[in-house]
This record gives sequence, C-alpha cells and structure tokens, in this order.
Amino acid sequence: MGLGAYIAVSAVLFAIGVVCIVARRNMIYVLMGIEMILNAANINFVAFNRFNGDAMDGRMFAIFVIILAAAEAAVALGIVLNVYHLFESIKPGDADLMRD
Amino acid sequence: MDFLQFNPEVDFKLLLAVPLIPLVGYVVQIFFGRFLPRKGDWLLTAGMFATMCITVLMAAKAISHGFSSSEPFFHLSKDVGMSFSWFYQEGKDAADPLNMTAGLLYDGLGAAMLAVVGIVSFFVHLFSTGYMKGDKRYHIFFANISLFTVAMLGLVLSDNILFLFVFWEIMGLMSYLLIGHFSHDPSTPFFHRWATWASKKAFLTTRVGDCCLLIGMMMFWQNFQTFQFTELWRLTSEEVARNGGEWPQWMTIAGLFIFGGTVGKSAQFPLHIWLPDAMAGPTPVSAMIHAATMVAAGVFLLGRTFPILSPDVLAIVTATGAVTALFAATIGVTAFDLKAVLAWSTISQLGFMVAAIGTGGIGLVAGLFHMVTHAFFKSCLFLSAGSVIHGCHHEQDMRKMGGLRKRMPLTFLAMGISTLAIAGIPMFSGFYSKDKIIQAAFMKTSLEFSGAQAFACFALPVAAALTAFYMFRMMFMTFAGEYRGDVAEGHGHGHDDHHDDHDHHIVHSEDGGIAGGHPGPVPHESPLPMTLSLLVLATLGFLGGKFWLADLDILAHSKPWFMKLVSPEKMYPGIELMNGYGAQVTDAMLKSTYDSAHTWAMIISLFVASAGIFGAWWIYGPRLRTTGQAVVRWTWTIVCLVLAYLFGVPLVGSLIEGADTLVVVAAWIIGLGLLGYVLMRTTKWIVGVFAGLSRPAPENIADGFGELYVAVANKYYIDEVVDASVIRLSMLASKFLRWFDETIVDGLVLLIGRINRSGGGVSAWFDQKVVDGAVNGVGALTQTFGFIARLFQTGRIQQYASFAVAGGLAVAAWLLLG
Repeated sequence: MGLGAYIAVSAVLFAIGVVCIVARRNMIYVLMGIEMILNAANINFVAFNRFNGDAMDGRMFAIFVIILAAAEAAVALGIVLNVYHLFESIKPGDADLMRD
Repeated sequence: MDFLQFNPEVDFKLLLAVPLIPLVGYVVQIFFGRFLPRKGDWLLTAGMFATMCITVLMAAKAISHGFSSSEPFFHLSKDVGMSFSWFYQEGKDAADPLNMTAGLLYDGLGAAMLAVVGIVSFFVHLFSTGYMKGDKRYHIFFANISLFTVAMLGLVLSDNILFLFVFWEIMGLMSYLLIGHFSHDPSTPFFHRWATWASKKAFLTTRVGDCCLLIGMMMFWQNFQTFQFTELWRLTSEEVARNGGEWPQWMTIAGLFIFGGTVGKSAQFPLHIWLPDAMAGPTPVSAMIHAATMVAAGVFLLGRTFPILSPDVLAIVTATGAVTALFAATIGVTAFDLKAVLAWSTISQLGFMVAAIGTGGIGLVAGLFHMVTHAFFKSCLFLSAGSVIHGCHHEQDMRKMGGLRKRMPLTFLAMGISTLAIAGIPMFSGFYSKDKIIQAAFMKTSLEFSGAQAFACFALPVAAALTAFYMFRMMFMTFAGEYRGDVAEGHGHGHDDHHDDHDHHIVHSEDGGIAGGHPGPVPHESPLPMTLSLLVLATLGFLGGKFWLADLDILAHSKPWFMKLVSPEKMYPGIELMNGYGAQVTDAMLKSTYDSAHTWAMIISLFVASAGIFGAWWIYGPRLRTTGQAVVRWTWTIVCLVLAYLFGVPLVGSLIEGADTLVVVAAWIIGLGLLGYVLMRTTKWIVGVFAGLSRPAPENIADGFGELYVAVANKYYIDEVVDASVIRLSMLASKFLRWFDETIVDGLVLLIGRINRSGGGVSAWFDQKVVDGAVNGVGALTQTFGFIARLFQTGRIQQYASFAVAGGLAVAAWLLLG
C-alpha cells in the first residue's frame, strides 16, 4: 500500500469535511467538518512523514494539530453556544449581522 | 474847486468801493435776503444809491478836469502802487509777464460809463421795487441784478483785458440767470417755457462771441505777453511803427476775434438773435441789458481796445455796424410787441455805435458818446414800457393798447422825451450823438473812400429815419387814440384801490406774457418809485447830450460835454494811433471836412428825423380836427411864402435890376399877396392829406410790400436759418454722436462682454462636465465597484467558505493544469 492510498483517504476526508462545512445547516456539523479537514491534514502529515523521511516532525505536527483542534473545538463550541443564545438558532445562515 | 481834484490816495479807494458795495450786498442778499424785512430790496437799493453817488462824484471830477484842462484825465492805480498781484509766482521776477497784476483804470471814458451804470442801475433797482412786487423770487431777483451791476462796474474799471474778460463772463452768467428769471415759475406756463429757452439762447449765442474774445486775447498775449491795456496799446503802436505802418496779419486776425466778442455781447449781426428774446426776462432786466450793462460792454470793449484794431478790422466793424443798424431798424418797423420794438431799436442803435467806432477819430468818440446817451434814453424807454405793461396788466401787444396818454400821463411824458431823444430831435441827447456819428461816417468817406464807409453813409441815415418812424409808430399806437384792450366789467372806476391786487399778476397771470394779458381794470399810472425813476432817467435823456441850457447852443457848434471829456488823445495818452487816417490826409483837410460834414450831417439827420416822424404820424397818428387843419393850412402857407422870399430875392432882383425901389417893393407885395391867395386856395389837398382823407391803412402798406414785409416781419428768417443750420447741424451731430456712442462704443463694450461671457460659458461647461465629471466619475466607479463587491458580502459563513474552497480549487487547478 503506497502513499497514494493515504492521500486518497485524506482527500476524501477533506472533501467530506468541506462539504460538511459548506452544506450542513447545523453549526455542530460545521465544526465536525472542520475537525475532518484537520484530521485529513493530520493523515497527510503522518503519511508524508512515513514515506519521505525518518524524522519525527510530521508526526509531531499531527499531535500539535490535534491539540490545537481540541482547543479550537472548545472555543468554537463556546461561540456556538453564544450564537444560539443570541439567535435562538445554530444555523450558520441565521448569524448574518456582519453582512450589514 | 478843490474837492473836484482827483486825489489818487482817496479816490482809488472810493472807486474800489464802487463794485464792492453791491458785491457785499449781493452776498448778504443771496443768503439772508429772504429773512430781511421787505425781502432786502431796500438794502441793495440803498447800496446802489451809495454806489451811484460815488460814481457821479468821480464823474464830476473827470468832467471838471475835462472842461478846465486839455491834459488827459487818465489814472492807473498801478502807478500809485494800488494793484494786487494775481497769479503771483514765488521766485519770479516782479516784472515777469506771468506775474499778472490787476488794478483800476479810470479815465474820461470810464468815468462817463461808470456814472451811467451807477445811475441807470440805481433807478432800475428803484423801479424794480415797484415792478417786481409780489414776485416769488423777489430777493433772488435783487441779488442777481446787483451782481449784474457789479460785473459791469468791474468791467469798466479793469485795467487789463483778462480782468475785463472775467467780469464779462460774470455778466454773461447773470444775464442768463436774469433772462431766465421766470423759468422757475411754473404758474405762468408761457413765460416758463419762453424764459427757459431765451436764457439758454442768450447764454449760448453770446458764448460764441466770448470764445472769439478769448482767442483774440490769447493771440495778443502770445505776441506781447501782457494783458494791460496801456501796454497793449503801446506795444501795438510800436510794432506797427517798426513795420513801417503795415499791420502784421496776426494782428488783424486777433483784432477780428476781439471784435467777435463785441458782436456777441453787443448783439451785432449775425449774433444779434439773442437780444430780442432776452425780453423774456422781467422788464427792469431788459432795461439793464439794453442800456447800461451787457450790450454796452461790447461797445466799451471796442473803446478800450481801439488802438489794437487794424484798419481792416475797423472796416469790418463799420460794415457790421451799418448792416446791423439798417436791418434791425427795418425789423423794428414790423414788430407789434412793445418790448420787441425797443429790442430791435437797441440792436439798431448798437449798430450805429459800432459803425461809428469803426470810422475812427471823431467817430470813436461819437460811438462811445452814443453809448452813454443811449443808456439814458433806452433805459427810460424800457422802464416806461415796463410801466405801460404793468399798467395794462401784462399786455405787451401794442394793438391792444392805445389812448394811454391820459391814463398814464407821467409815463407818457417820460417815454415821449426818450422817444424824441432816440429819434434825434435837437435839444434831446440822442441828437448830439447820432449827428456826430453820421458826421463821422461822412468825414471818413470823403477823406478815405471805401465800400464799407460808403455803405455806412447810406445805411446810417436810412436807419435813423426808420428809427424815428418806428419809435413814433410805437408812441402813436400806445398812447394815442382809444384804448383797444379788454376792460373787465365792474372794474371800470375807482381803480386806485386795485394797486395791490394787480401787482401780483406777474405771478398769477394765467396766460402771461406776449400771448396776451387778460381783461382787467382800465390801465392806471404806476406807483411812485416807478414814475420817479422814469422821470429822472427821462431828464437825463433830455439833457444828457449837451448842457445846451448853459450856452443855448442847440445845434452843437461847441463841443458836447462828452467830447471834452473823451477824445482819442485823452483816451490813449502818449499812444500814437496807427489806424487813423493815412499821411495824405492833412490837418487842414481834416478841419475843412469836419465843418462841411458837420453841416451835411446836421441837415440830413434833421431831415431824416422829421421825415420818419412825419411818416409815422401820417400812417399811425391821430386824425386832425378843424383847428388842426387850420394850423396846417397857415403853417404851409407861411413856409411857402418864406421859401418864395428866400429863393425869389435873387431871381426878382436880377429880373428888374435898375427899377425904382418903390416899384420893387410894390411888385413884391403884389407878388407875395397873389402867391398867398393862391396857396390858401390850393392847399386843400395838402390839408386833406393831413386831415386823413387819403391816408393809407398800415395793413394796406404791409400788403403792398408783400413778400418783403413777410420776410422783415419774420426777422429775415435769421432765426430760422440759424435753427436750420447751426442748431439742426449740432443736433444732427449730437444725434450721430449718440448713435456712435450707443452703437459703436457701447457695442464694443457689449461685444467684449459677450466674448467674456462666451469664454466663461466654455469654462463653466468644462468645469461642470469635465472636471466635475471626472470627480463624479471616480465616485460613481467606486460606488459601482462597491455595489458589485457588496454582492459577495452576504454575511453567510458557509458561502464565504465555499468561495474560499472554490478559490483554493481554482488555484489548485491552475497549478495542476498550468
């Protein structure tokens, strides 16, 4: 099994994440889409690290991203909670005050 | 007598006071006159009385000097240090011509003229207190007439021609104001218009002459650098003597210009047109203008400048004067307005003076003498006319007068005396001066024949005859016969108490002036100040020519007073006149011609005067009654017998020479008796003529002359010619100039304005379209972009995300495919 398989999985995951961000009508799913994109990037980091060198930097980056993702998820969930308080909805399309 | 000696120390101060008294009076009157009691007329009249006293005293000095000594009476205030510097320039030599000094010149001519002005002016003032009563601008009238007198007094006293010119101009201004006196009174519409028009006419016409005088003055200044009369005389005489008796051409031209001043001021042809219309002013003003001031100034100027006029100028002077005398006299015959007759008579008499001065020598003196005598009787005539007009309620047409002799006896007396004087009847002043004028013309012609002189010899006696004719025509029309004016009902009697109310007619007259008076009470005599003035002036007109009562020399074989006072040698002391007779005329010739010319002038002037009077009486005089017819018959017979005796003595004596004395006496008695009988029988026709059987009506005579009469009655259409030529031409020129101004000059300005406006339009368009467009365009572009950009800003996170993804995909696709 070569690098292409990993990248393929990563690409699929990335595509699913993007679609999830763009298309879903629930902010929780959007957050989950972001997690998927981050994980797609993580797979790429680990895969490229596995096939292109002995150093541990790719894996380290993946761990770093996971930690960041956790922090980000916490903050994002807080935002979502506030949005829900504000708009009584967690549809991303309803929070459009910035437009004006 | 001691007090009749001229004492320069005192007398120049007195002379200086002569113009100053009325001048101060004028200043007081013009500012405070309306607040004074009686509107200040007493102030100026009293001032003028003082002036008159001084002038008469000074004239008495001059006359006593002239009678007792042959030395000239000639005084310059400059000689005793009494002259003030004028135009003085610091740092210039005192003798520099630009340091002009002005002083007084007092000689025989000035003495006579000054006294005349003082006397006439005082009585005109006195007359005006009655005549102008009730006038709205009474105080202004007195102020103006006073300054008018000041101008003339100053002019007479000036010792240089520039100062004379200043007073000359003041006089022009005052004549304008006085002729236009009624132009401020809209309650008399006719006078209102006429006075306005006449004052402008007088001012502008005399202005032509004034310009000429100024040019002439400047020409002499340019050559001689002096305005002093004495210097001008001396320098001219020397210059001509240096030239060998030939007059330089510039001097002739300058002399003509100076004479132009006289033509304008003294109303000579062709600038006479202002004077007949000057009667639009109040009658006292006419008396001043026609007698003592204004017109006399022109003649006086000729007297002062005589030595600087070349013989060619003098010929023109004579010709102009003779033409004026003759043609004005003919117009006077046709005039119906009382004042117009007198106005034309003035022009005619001025023609006499000017013509006489042109003949030089005795003529110069005669012309100036006539100016003096004329001033007396003409002022009296005008004031009498004013009295008549006042009495007839401002009626001036002689056809509506008549029969005033009994109603206004004092006026009749004064006017009658003056008329006899102007007609040239012996004993009356006009005779002595006019006789001398005709004599001068005869003398000049017989000694140095020239066309102008010969014409004067013909024109002056004819004009004298016409003068007698129209003056007596005026007297007959005004005073003889029955009153032809309208008499209002209920006013016929007891008119003495109406004085006050018709004194106001001068203001309230609805249709005033020449257009005709209105029916009022029958004419009445004027109040005392007026008649007093008339009688005094008439006395002067009677005695002013020669004091014949003193020597009973009625026909003037001895010299009249003026001739003793004024002669060329006394007027221009120490100056050799270069414009007199040539060298070929000896003193003996002069003496013999003087005597024969004197005789002929006497005969002719007596003849023309009686012919004129007879003609006037024949046409206009009253018809004779039975007693009058008898008187005519006997007079005629006796005259014929005397003539038969005078001419028959030599004839009969030669026929019956050698016969007995008894036979001769018997033949004489029988012959004269027969002649007398025949005359008494055959003089019916001549009595018929006198009784009015075959007298023509004036209208028929006028018709007989046909077109000629119409032309004369219309003043030879000179006014029309002037109107058609000068006035129309200047109107046309001014219209053209107006058109030029409005079209070309204004057009240019407007064009420049339009061009500027068009330029501004372009600039504005550029500013609005291009500059503003650019600015606005930038704004609009930004707005458009903003609008487009705004479309992407939906605020939907997912949309942004999809853009980001699309962008990422596009970048990826570009990387991969490119």
